[in-house]
Amino acid sequence: MSQPIVTFDKVNKWYGNDFHVLRDIDLSVAKGERIVICGPSGSGKSTLIRCINRLEEHQQGRLIVDGVELSDDVKAIDQVRKEVGMVFQQFNLFPHLTVLENLTLSPMWVGKTPKKEAEEKAMEQLQRVRIAEQASKYPLQLSGGQQQRVAIARALCLKPKIMLFDEPTSALDPEMIKEVLDVIIELANQGITMICVTHEMGFAKAVADRVIFMDQGQIVEQNNPNDFFNNPQNERSRDFLSKILGH
Amino acid sequence: MDAQTFQPIAPRPAPGKTEGLLPWMRSNLFGNWPTSLGTVVLGALLLWLVPQMLSWTLLRAVWVPQVEACRMDGVGACWGVVAEKYRLIIFGRYPFDEQWRPLVATVLMVSILMASCARAFWKPWLALLWLAVLGAFFTIMFGGVLGLSRIETDRWGGLPLTILLASLSIAMAFPVALLVALGRRSSMPAIRSVCTVYVELIRGVPLISVLFMASFMFPLFMPQGFTIDVLIRVLVGITLFAAAYMAEVIRGGLQAIPKGQVEAAATLGLSYWQTQRKIVLPQALAMVVPGIMNGFISTFKDTSLVTIVSLYELTGSMGLALNSDAEWRPFKIEGYLFIASLYFLFCFSMSRYSHWVEKQVNKSKLR
Amino acid sequence: MPTRTPPKKKPFTWRSQAFRALVYQVIAVACIALVVWFLAHNTATNMRIRGIQSGFDFLTSAAGFDIGESLYPFDSGEPYWHAFLIGVTNTLRVAVLGIVLTTLLGTLIGMGRFSRNALVRGLCVTYVELFRNIPVLLQLLMWYLLFTEVLPASTEPLVMGPLFLSKGGLNFPIPVWATGHVWATAGLLAGLPLAWLYRRRAVKVFERTGRTGSLFWVPLFIVMAVGVVGWLVGGAPVAFDHPKQGEFAIENGGALTPEFLSVLLGLTIYTAAFVAEVVRSGVQSVPRGQGEAASALGLSPAQEMRLVMLPQALRVIIPPMTNQFLNLTKNSSLAVAIGYPDVVSIANTAINQTGRAVECVSVIMLVYLSTSLATSLLMNWYNARAAIKER
Repeated sequence: MSQPIVTFDKVNKWYGNDFHVLRDIDLSVAKGERIVICGPSGSGKSTLIRCINRLEEHQQGRLIVDGVELSDDVKAIDQVRKEVGMVFQQFNLFPHLTVLENLTLSPMWVGKTPKKEAEEKAMEQLQRVRIAEQASKYPLQLSGGQQQRVAIARALCLKPKIMLFDEPTSALDPEMIKEVLDVIIELANQGITMICVTHEMGFAKAVADRVIFMDQGQIVEQNNPNDFFNNPQNERSRDFLSKILGH
Repeated sequence: MDAQTFQPIAPRPAPGKTEGLLPWMRSNLFGNWPTSLGTVVLGALLLWLVPQMLSWTLLRAVWVPQVEACRMDGVGACWGVVAEKYRLIIFGRYPFDEQWRPLVATVLMVSILMASCARAFWKPWLALLWLAVLGAFFTIMFGGVLGLSRIETDRWGGLPLTILLASLSIAMAFPVALLVALGRRSSMPAIRSVCTVYVELIRGVPLISVLFMASFMFPLFMPQGFTIDVLIRVLVGITLFAAAYMAEVIRGGLQAIPKGQVEAAATLGLSYWQTQRKIVLPQALAMVVPGIMNGFISTFKDTSLVTIVSLYELTGSMGLALNSDAEWRPFKIEGYLFIASLYFLFCFSMSRYSHWVEKQVNKSKLR
Repeated sequence: MPTRTPPKKKPFTWRSQAFRALVYQVIAVACIALVVWFLAHNTATNMRIRGIQSGFDFLTSAAGFDIGESLYPFDSGEPYWHAFLIGVTNTLRVAVLGIVLTTLLGTLIGMGRFSRNALVRGLCVTYVELFRNIPVLLQLLMWYLLFTEVLPASTEPLVMGPLFLSKGGLNFPIPVWATGHVWATAGLLAGLPLAWLYRRRAVKVFERTGRTGSLFWVPLFIVMAVGVVGWLVGGAPVAFDHPKQGEFAIENGGALTPEFLSVLLGLTIYTAAFVAEVVRSGVQSVPRGQGEAASALGLSPAQEMRLVMLPQALRVIIPPMTNQFLNLTKNSSLAVAIGYPDVVSIANTAINQTGRAVECVSVIMLVYLSTSLATSLLMNWYNARAAIKER
């Protein structure tokens, strides 16, 4: 088996002195693997994936992303961020730039790509998420589902090896969730490594290679979707599933 | 992959402390080398400056009202000038033996101001209480009845005058501002333009020009034989000025009320004035209390300008107390520092209160 | 189905909202007209009785007073309108300089609230709270007191290198005007379009190849270099008029009076406290997620500030900032309490000499109104252009 692309080795994180938010996390993600993380709120799922691109810092343990160990080393952080793309719950598109400018910002200023080339690549990504006709609009002129698809395209412009999704559909109206999930499923089928925090269990069943259930800062159970949803081993997993699959 | 047996882990304390005084100092004062450099430089500067200031202000200062003591070498601040002149500074030219009257009047005024700030007092009878206190204030200060001697308004001065001008003008400006704000949002073009012209005119000119207008032009506006008191002229000027700014603050609050509120009221059959009184204004005014407090603080500071039109409120009475006395005049700076600290005390407490009110209002917005 | 035109307007009824609105407005306008007529009538009567003449004709008669300081010479024989003009230039002098200085100071202090160093943060908070809560008139008076009482007399001034600081103000060396300086100024002006052309080329290169060149320092260097070339061409004049200790006062050199300095310093320091708050709330108004998204895309902290945070913060900062500039200009009217001859001060003297209160007060209001309205129009245009486009 080839080297895992993300390795958590006894990773611990605290907020302040008392809140132990990640407890002894051991996790290996293989290249091309698609992972869904679920769990009750406050369980540390968002914190875990935000550690991967150093939006949060861990205090103990080792975290290795694509062969680079994450630490205070600024060069290491920059290198990792070029390989890791992130999609936020609140989209976080830049409202003062057009959709196209949102996508070409990083390639031009960080990747030192010429403008024309950057725009061509951006249009490719916009077509991939099926929103190319909105390229000259401003983000606040689009609907929530359209904005999130633009956010996905913006992350894809970096040609990342890993895509992180932090509850990508939680801020959307129900009728727009499907369009975003369809885009993510398409991406998944194209072989990209993906770690997704979500409550959308149908999506997990369709796409995930592995489902990880977290509670109170720990990985409680991990399994393939079928076994996890039909036969949860742990009492806490059973409890959680009954709550969200119940209605 | 099989599910392994799950062992829950109890929470542990963090390995290195991240909260507490030492970690705070480490990250806030010595986080990286520019920060540490800044701490060293600023710290050195403060260590040199602060003891000198303390020594001048407190340790070497003279507290007794003796001019000779103040003139000695190596002496610090001469607070004796305050000890000597404080009655003149605080009460202005009010006759010396009757100065208990402005004291009582000021205490009454400050108490009702503080009472109006407490939530418990926000009842309809507060307006009546205000009228009673204002009546009492004028009776005590003016005299002429109940065996008190008559003291004309041009003798009023100092702190009582500052507080009177600020409170009265805000109290009178408020209803005017309300009407002007409603008028600016009216659908009737004549009323809307009059209100807009008034607000834009007043906001475009400095207060001093409004005071000049009040002081020089109001006597000309009065019919033959009528003289209006300088205090009333100045009061009208400040009120007109404050009302324009408050009208904008209230208009901001009115604009923030969703249209749906007015529409719902219309479906219930409420008239325009009923809708404003019962639905729109209660919500809008609650939102703009911080803005109104800011208006009060500004007006309080603006009262210092009446010095220029010869009414001797706190700033003016300070100048009056020391300009004429050649002995104490070299110590004007201590006098200025004294009234600056008085103003600071009032304004700072008011702005803290306004922050507190804002937090209360926001608390009620969170679910 | 073909589109139909809307029906013609309904006939007028006595009970409609429109009629009532008309009645209210007629009553309101009538009341206001009545009040205005009453006041005007009284004013005319009173002025006639007191023998006060009215009209703006006094503007052409000789002023009869000297003005303490002015940009160009003025003597008491000049007409009143000339005196008012000097007042306006004095106001503008202190207002423009004050706006530049207060923006710099206020922005520094506002950004200092976000510094990592707790000492810097504490100092910035103290500055803002201290200078916001003391009336501006009091601050001006205190600065004036400092300049006139604490500083030494002009017979033994503080000497700091080529500068003299005393009760008479600040005296500094100014270059003796020679043709070389004209060449230098021409050079600076010529450098501006050259720098602009360089910037345009640099931006094109960036778009074509992705290499970022320096967009600020190199153009600045170009402007200064061409200015120096102009100075050399003009004969490189180095003569300075140094102030020197005279018998009673400092002679020669350029001078800033204590009145000007106290008004400038007082206004700058007072307004900077408010500007700092405006800058702080502007930077805080940008959601944290924007900064996080920028970091996640790999932008450096400087790029994040320049490309993402600052453009959004500026939209929130500019309108209240302009308000503060207007406040500074209006507060400069307080110079009348210090003796700095701004337009209010000169109008005050004119009222005292001619009694034409209405005319002089209207001149003051006109001057300030035109400034405020011009700035409001500019602000509205900027707001419309820069607004973040929404649905």
